[in-house]
Amino acid sequence: MKTEDYQINTNTHMSDDLSTIEQAVSSEYKYGFVTNIEAESAPKGLNEDIIRFISAKKEEPDWMLEWRLKAYRQWQKMEQPNWANLKIPPIDFQDIIYYSAPKVKKKLGSLDELDPELKETFDKLGISLDEQKRLAGVAVDAVMDSVSIATTFREQLAEQGIIFCSMSEAIKEHPELIKKYLGSVVPVADNFFSALNSAVFSDGSFCFIPKGVRCPMELSTYFRINAENTGQFERTLIVAEEGAYVSYLEGCTAPMRDENQLHAAVVEIVALDNAEVKYSTVQNWYPGDKQGNGGIYNFVTKRGICKGVNSKISWTQVETGSAITWKYPSVILKGDNSIGEFYSVAVTNNYQQADTGTKMMHIGKNTRSRIVSKGISAGHSQNSYRGLVHVAKGAVNAKNYSQCDSMLLGDKCGAHTFPYIEVKNDSAVVEHEATTSKIGEDQIFYCKQRGLDDEAAVALIINGFAKEVMNQLPMEFAVEAQKLLAISLEGSVG
Amino acid sequence: MLKIENLHAEIEGKKILKGINLEIKPGEVHAIMGPNGSGKSTLASVLAGREEYEVTEGRVLFNGKDLLELAPEERAGEGLFLAFQYPIEIAGLSTINFIKASLNAVRKYKGLEPLDAAQFLKLVKEKMEMMEMDKALLHRSLNEGFSGGEKKRNEVFQMAMLDPKLAILDETDSGLDIDAIRIVSNGVNKFRNKDNAVLMVTHYQRLLNYIVPDYVHVLYNGRIVKTGGKELALELEEKGYDFIKNEFKLAEEKVDQPA
Repeated sequence: MKTEDYQINTNTHMSDDLSTIEQAVSSEYKYGFVTNIEAESAPKGLNEDIIRFISAKKEEPDWMLEWRLKAYRQWQKMEQPNWANLKIPPIDFQDIIYYSAPKVKKKLGSLDELDPELKETFDKLGISLDEQKRLAGVAVDAVMDSVSIATTFREQLAEQGIIFCSMSEAIKEHPELIKKYLGSVVPVADNFFSALNSAVFSDGSFCFIPKGVRCPMELSTYFRINAENTGQFERTLIVAEEGAYVSYLEGCTAPMRDENQLHAAVVEIVALDNAEVKYSTVQNWYPGDKQGNGGIYNFVTKRGICKGVNSKISWTQVETGSAITWKYPSVILKGDNSIGEFYSVAVTNNYQQADTGTKMMHIGKNTRSRIVSKGISAGHSQNSYRGLVHVAKGAVNAKNYSQCDSMLLGDKCGAHTFPYIEVKNDSAVVEHEATTSKIGEDQIFYCKQRGLDDEAAVALIINGFAKEVMNQLPMEFAVEAQKLLAISLEGSVG
Repeated sequence: MLKIENLHAEIEGKKILKGINLEIKPGEVHAIMGPNGSGKSTLASVLAGREEYEVTEGRVLFNGKDLLELAPEERAGEGLFLAFQYPIEIAGLSTINFIKASLNAVRKYKGLEPLDAAQFLKLVKEKMEMMEMDKALLHRSLNEGFSGGEKKRNEVFQMAMLDPKLAILDETDSGLDIDAIRIVSNGVNKFRNKDNAVLMVTHYQRLLNYIVPDYVHVLYNGRIVKTGGKELALELEEKGYDFIKNEFKLAEEKVDQPA
C-alpha cells in the first residue's frame, strides 16, 4: 500500500493585487434560482415515523418499508466516516427535511399537465422535457427534490423491453427486479451514507435493459434540489442483462442558499455477461459562495459490478459543484475478462473541497481497469484524488493503468493524490502515474498576446488538460461540460 | 505606426529600460541588436504588455492609441503581435483550435464575425503553404514536443494567420539551424507589405541576412546608443559588441552617476 501526498500550498504571494488567475477564477453560479412551487414536506428530523411517512407517501409495499427500517436501524449504529481529506462541519441529521415533493394535484396523464413553473425550471436548466428532446435522442427522467417529475420516451423504450422509470414506480411495478437487484451492489450497511440513503431514499431512476438489447438512445436523469433545508437522497439502479448496452447521463443543480444542504445518493449498476454500461455525470450542485458559505454536501456511493464475463462498466464524471464532494464511483470486476473504467475531472474553486476517486476490485481472471483522473484546484479549495486498485488472489493477469494529474490555479489551493494499491496475485500489472502542474502566468500571457482574454485563456488551458476525460462524454454533453468547466473557473476559468 | 518616447521600465525595482525613443512607420523593418542583458527582450515584453514589468516613465503610441493603457489582449486586437523567444506549451489543446480561438478573438475585437469552419480552413491552407508549415503540427498539442524550429515556425504561422500591423520577433533566430532560419525568414518576408511593420530583436546579425532591415538600432544598458542602416549590423558582427561598450562606457558612467 502506498500513499503519496503532493501538496502545494504556499502563501508566497501575499500581494493585495489579485493575480490574473484569481481574477479569472471568480464567476457566479448560474443555476441558483428558486422555483416557487407548492411543496409537500415531511417535518424536519429522522426517526422511524418519518420513514413510515415516506414509505406511505410513496404507497410502497410492506417489504420496501421493512427494508428501509432495517437500513435505518443499521445506520443508527454507524458513525460518519472521517478518513477523507475533508473538513466537514458537523451535520445535524435531525435538522434536515427528508421528504419534499412538489404538490401534484392529480396524477399526470401526460407532460402537458406538468406544472408550468416546474416545466420552466427544467427549461432554464436546459433540459427540455418536451418531446422535442426526441430529436436529440435523449430520454430524460427529471427529479425535483424528492420526487421524479416526468420521464420522457417511456413508450418507445418499452417497445424494446427497456424499462426507464422512477424508482418509486419501479418498486410498485417491477418488484421482482427491485428485490433482486436493489442493494445487491451497495449493501445497505456498506457505509454510513449508503445506510442513510437506503432508509430515506425518496426517488431516483430505474433502468433495465433486457438481454441482447442495445438501448437506442442516451438515458438521462436530471436532479434538482429546490426546497429549503431539504436533503436529496436519490437511488439509481441500472441493470444491463446479457449482451445489453446502455449509456446513461446524470446531471444535477441546486439553488443558491446560505445554508448547506445534504445530498446522499446511491447508484448501483449491474452488468451481466457481455453487457456494457457507460455512466456519465455532470455534477453541478451549488458550490457555496466565494467565502465558502452554503453549498451542497455531496456524499455519494456509486458502484457497479461486472458480474458477467466480458462485461464493461465505465464511469465518467465532471465534478464542478458542491461545497464538499465525497464520491468514489467503483467497479467490482467479478466476471472474467471484464473491464472497469473511471474518467474524472474534478474542479474545485473558492472554498470547495473534493475527495474523489475510485475503487477497482479485480476478482475475475484477465480483468482490466483504467483510471484517468484530472483534478483542477483554484481559489482556496482542496482537491484530493483517492483511489484503490485491489487485485484479489485469484485475479490472474489483472491489469490496471492509473493516471492522476493535478493542476493548480493560483497558490492558495491544494492538490493531493492518495493512490492505494493492494496486489495479491503476482501476475498483476499495475501502473500508476501522477503529475502536478501549475497553470502558469506565462501560459496565460501567451494566450492574451494572441487576443484571448483571461477567461478564454484559462478555459482553453483547462479544457486541454481535461481533454482525455471530456472525450469520453457523449458529444452533446461534452460541449456543455466544457462550458461548465469554463464557468466554474470563471473568475477562474472560461 | 509605433512611437516610443522616453520609455523607462523596471522589474522588481531593477531599472532595465532607461529612456528608449523609437519610431516605426508602415512598411519598415527595424532591428534591435545588443549584447545580453541590454534590455532587448524587456522592450519586446513591455510592448506586448507583460505585467511583471513596470513602466515608470514615457509613453508609447500605437496607431494613435496609448498602447500602455491597453491590456495585452487589446494590444493583440489592435494588431500587435509578439513572436515569443520561448513559445509556451499547452497540453491537450490542439494548435489549430488555439489558432482558431485566437483568430476569432482578434476578429471579435475588431467587430468582425467569427470565421466559419470552411472560411477558417481555407485561410489555414493558404497561410500554411505560404509559411511552409507542416500540417501534422496543427493537430498536435500546442508547441508540445515541438522542436525549436517547429515552435518558431508555428509562431510565424500564427503571425500570418492573425495578419498584425506590427510584428515583434523576439530572438526568433535563436536555436535555429540554417534551414530553419531560411524557412522562418521566408515566412516573414512574405508577410511584409507596405502597410505593416516588423521589429526584430536579435543578438546575432545572421537573421538580418535573410530579413533585411531598413534600420538597425543598438541597444546598450537600456538605451538605444546607435542607429544606422543594415550595414551597422555587419559592423557589429565584425567588431563585436565590445566596440559599442567601449565607445559608450565613459558616457554611461557619467550619466549613471548621481549629480
